[in-house]
Amino acid sequence: MYAQMVKSTGEGVRSLDQMDPQERAFQERIDAGGKIEPKDWMPDGYRKTLVRQIGQHAHSEIVGQLPEGNWITRAPTLERKAILLAKVQDEAGHGLYLYCAAETLGVTRDQMTRDLLSGKMKYSSIFNYPTLTWADMGAVGWLVDGAAIMNQVPLQRTSYGPYARAMVRICKEESFHQRQGFDIMMKMARGTPEQKRMAQDALNRFWYPSLMMFGPSDAESVHSAQSMAWKIKMNSNDELRQKFVDLTAPQADYLGLTIPDENLKWNEEKGGYDFSEPDWDEFFDVLKGNGPCSVERLEDRNRAWDEGRWVREAMLAHADKKRAAKLAAE
Amino acid sequence: MATDAQLLEWLCRMGDNALVLGHRMSEWCGHAPVLEEDIALANTALDLIGQTQLWLGLAAEVEGAGRDADALAYRRDVMDFRNLLLVEQPNRDFGHTMMRQFLFDAWHIEMLRALKGHEHEQISAIAEKSLKEVTYHAERSADTVIALGDGTEESHTRMQAALDRLWPYVGEMFLSDDVDRAVCDPAPLREAFDARINAVLAEATLTRPDSDFAHKGGKTGVRHTEHLGHMLAVMQFLPRAYPDAQW
Ligand SMILES: [Fe+2]
Ligand SMILES: [Fe+2]
Ligand SMILES: [Fe+2]
Repeated sequence: MYAQMVKSTGEGVRSLDQMDPQERAFQERIDAGGKIEPKDWMPDGYRKTLVRQIGQHAHSEIVGQLPEGNWITRAPTLERKAILLAKVQDEAGHGLYLYCAAETLGVTRDQMTRDLLSGKMKYSSIFNYPTLTWADMGAVGWLVDGAAIMNQVPLQRTSYGPYARAMVRICKEESFHQRQGFDIMMKMARGTPEQKRMAQDALNRFWYPSLMMFGPSDAESVHSAQSMAWKIKMNSNDELRQKFVDLTAPQADYLGLTIPDENLKWNEEKGGYDFSEPDWDEFFDVLKGNGPCSVERLEDRNRAWDEGRWVREAMLAHADKKRAAKLAAE
Repeated sequence: MATDAQLLEWLCRMGDNALVLGHRMSEWCGHAPVLEEDIALANTALDLIGQTQLWLGLAAEVEGAGRDADALAYRRDVMDFRNLLLVEQPNRDFGHTMMRQFLFDAWHIEMLRALKGHEHEQISAIAEKSLKEVTYHAERSADTVIALGDGTEESHTRMQAALDRLWPYVGEMFLSDDVDRAVCDPAPLREAFDARINAVLAEATLTRPDSDFAHKGGKTGVRHTEHLGHMLAVMQFLPRAYPDAQW
């Protein structure tokens, strides 16, 4: 997902009886479906976990601009170029909403940005994969935005008010992205033999990385259990992955493309598809910074930040001068 | 009254300016100095791509040879492009990008104002729609030039360098030939342009270069810079490599 393997307190979930009255009131409010707002009391662990999660989500939107940005200058029609540019611009907007939501928890965007650039904070593993042909713009919209929606739709009901509200705005745009991606995929899959080949190749390369987006099984994870009790995680990773496969497999059929998994087949009994797990060793390698584009992505972000320093400084200096001049005139 | 050939040529000038500058702005996507700028640069690029569709769409209609805006954008080579040399200049740093935008906007806004109410109804309609967008572009690029010109010593130096470097490409915007005069002569717009940029440059503490030397050959297609070919190589790659494909 856009936030993967977010660590929580690492302690087990405590029962209401084990909590002091303040924390108990907090938990009861969440259990009743209430929202927590920035000025409300909250346990330290809740605040820290949320900062990690929202921050990682925001960074994913920002780094996520790069693989698609890679094709903006090569988009094949004026309309496709406008749609792709608008999409990548939306992702920057998502980053902005999410940084704002995180800032209500007492961190600054600058600090989070520095932690991204130094590699201390993570972003989703998926954005460490390269986009090699135009069909990848289809695959990313269809699969990556599609997988993101799986987890972001339930997050509209998350317990932290500013996060939930950011998700409502984001989800509207994400479903649009997903449809646009599918539309590209359809054109490619029904196009010339070369286009069809690109479409199948894109699906081959993005299928397992998309499954990895949900993270490894967290049935046993204490971190996930705590996050779920706090309603900042709404479903288990396996649950969401299953839902994603169940939705996507028929779409691949419709496109006439083959999902690269010979074990993929409908299981009547469970009412869902059976499918192969992705290579989790590869996933952990990517998280460690050994994804195919990990170095390039961070290099890119660092370069933009470093080369933009004089601009940010100048804008601040100009604003200061204007303020001083206004004061002097008063 | 313009002949169809003149009209086609002139519409390509307008469309190619928007296309080439829109493309340059889109090159920034994901790499701006701050997130808010990333969003703003994309907005400008999107407006320009939209204007491209309108101008080149009309050009294709006037031509009546079965081409559409995409065919004009993606299947012509350098010698058939009619954009100003200014807009094909590379982005270099953010200062160059915004200075190029500012100089172009200051011309563009006057041009569109002059075209609003043009006897050719479609030209007038496109100008009117574009003018709303370009009014905002001009305001924004002027504010940025002021902030960066006035900001720090480093930003001032960079902005002056950008202005000096781009200045020789200003004159071409006001040169006119029969094609221009048949639709809308840009030469008389120079006065309003000068007033606009002089005010902004003064506030930005930047010095207007005194040379009037002007490179030319962009809008006539006689001699583009080397930069345009590289841009087209990237931009036109897919339709050229897969000519039978639909996207
Ligand atoms: Fe997004
Ligand atoms: Fe996304
Ligand atoms: Fe998206």
